[in-house]
Amino acid sequence: MQMIDLLEKHKGIAERHARMMAMGVDAVGLTNDKILSPTRAVINGRETILAGTNNYMGITFDADCVRAGQDAMAEFGTGTTGSRIANGSYALHKELESELAKFLKRKHCIIFTTGYQANLGMMSGLAGPKDTIFLDADSHSSIYDGCALSGAKLVRFRHNDAADLDKRLARSEGEEGGRLVVVEGIYSMLGDRAPLADFVEVKKKYGFQLLADEAHSFGVLGPHGRGLADEAGLEDDIDFIVGTFSKSIGAIGGFGAGNHPLFETLRYAMRPYMFTASSSPASVATSLAAVRKLAAEPERRGRLGVNSARLFAGFKGLGLDLGCDTVSPVIAVKCADEISTIAMWNALLEAGVYVNIALPPGTPNRLCLLRCSVSAAHSFDDIDKIIALFGKVVASRAAA
Amino acid sequence: MTASQDTIGQICKLLEPFNSTGKVLTPDTEISTDLNIDSVAVMDFVMEVEDHFDIEIPLNVVSETHSINDLAMVVDARTKKA
Ligand SMILES: Cc1ncc(COP(=O)(O)O)c(C=O)c1O
Repeated sequence: MQMIDLLEKHKGIAERHARMMAMGVDAVGLTNDKILSPTRAVINGRETILAGTNNYMGITFDADCVRAGQDAMAEFGTGTTGSRIANGSYALHKELESELAKFLKRKHCIIFTTGYQANLGMMSGLAGPKDTIFLDADSHSSIYDGCALSGAKLVRFRHNDAADLDKRLARSEGEEGGRLVVVEGIYSMLGDRAPLADFVEVKKKYGFQLLADEAHSFGVLGPHGRGLADEAGLEDDIDFIVGTFSKSIGAIGGFGAGNHPLFETLRYAMRPYMFTASSSPASVATSLAAVRKLAAEPERRGRLGVNSARLFAGFKGLGLDLGCDTVSPVIAVKCADEISTIAMWNALLEAGVYVNIALPPGTPNRLCLLRCSVSAAHSFDDIDKIIALFGKVVASRAAA
Repeated sequence: MTASQDTIGQICKLLEPFNSTGKVLTPDTEISTDLNIDSVAVMDFVMEVEDHFDIEIPLNVVSETHSINDLAMVVDARTKKA
């Protein structure tokens, strides 16, 4: 029998990458040689403004967070060498869970090793093969993967369209099993928010359990920084939230939270929680220090809002076509096609600003995007430089 | 097994805007591989099919359909039920 090479199917990816490399650019293989601060790195020997890091609070070099991580590593060691089910929890894991529950005003909180695993765990722990998950079409890959892991029936509804969800719920009326609806606080590619009030209306009509992934909105939105549900005043209507420590917390890890009396049983039902090593002491300790900072220093959120509004207004002023019409720290510029997007991304980098390049199928509606994420640590000068460079590189091209 | 010609015809019409290869669509055309349509675009296309026929095609079912005929059979089965 002839061997079929398993990697042969990825030839197309190699060809696409080669086309990019032929333009002298490796947009997906970038190396930060040095990280100087939350907003500066040395890339290709040049000091570069970072505007694509999701480092919303600019907290990665905070002296208290760094010290908390160093102390925890010295005290508890470099790693936990196993899962919490097998090796037991460290007091730190529990401390972070209770601090976070307090911050989120939720009865229960479970932390995960990454945000990706938090979604895998929550989707597969909540829904099983007899249930149906209704997910927004623009959901993050971790939600899709979690849905696949659950074995549930998966129904995709049109992005941010509560009427479309309503229609799909009506189509599956009378089927057995529970129903979970999944939305995101801020969508990571276009920066738009879920119209929560509309979804809550549909929830009242049909009765289902509602989960919001607040990955990009936790720490960012709402009077208390708890996310979109906090901003919208609808926290009681959201049954479960998911979040990550990789963005506003500036560390690594994720969480799920809720008030359900059986929430803690999820610990014994979520494979992505049970069968992977728990977060390292340093990671947990930095996250814990950062959660306390977010609670104690709401001005970071204020500063992020001001910076985001400044970049948004600047881009609007340039006439750029943006991902959405509301201000959030995710500001995406729509571009014409893959080749020109790669060229502009490269020109921006050479001029000293790093943003994310986002191409299909990683984007909704096959869009090619130059995606910026704003940080509370950006100075006005940084923001103005980013605007000026987009004017020079992007707006001039669009006009040409 | 083959699906109804009518269903196949309607699906081809819905698929045409996603077909950038210029290939002629036949019942045996593999939607994703032959037409070089990425995973997200396939899901978007199926959403159009769902709305056109007013049926539900869960993603789990989508992942098991490859050719236009496969999808048309799913549509036939689900429109009959309704
Ligand atoms: C919406 C959303 N959910 C989950 C994740 C996964 O988080 P993490 O990077 O911590 O694994 C991300 C970010 O990557 C995200 O954008």
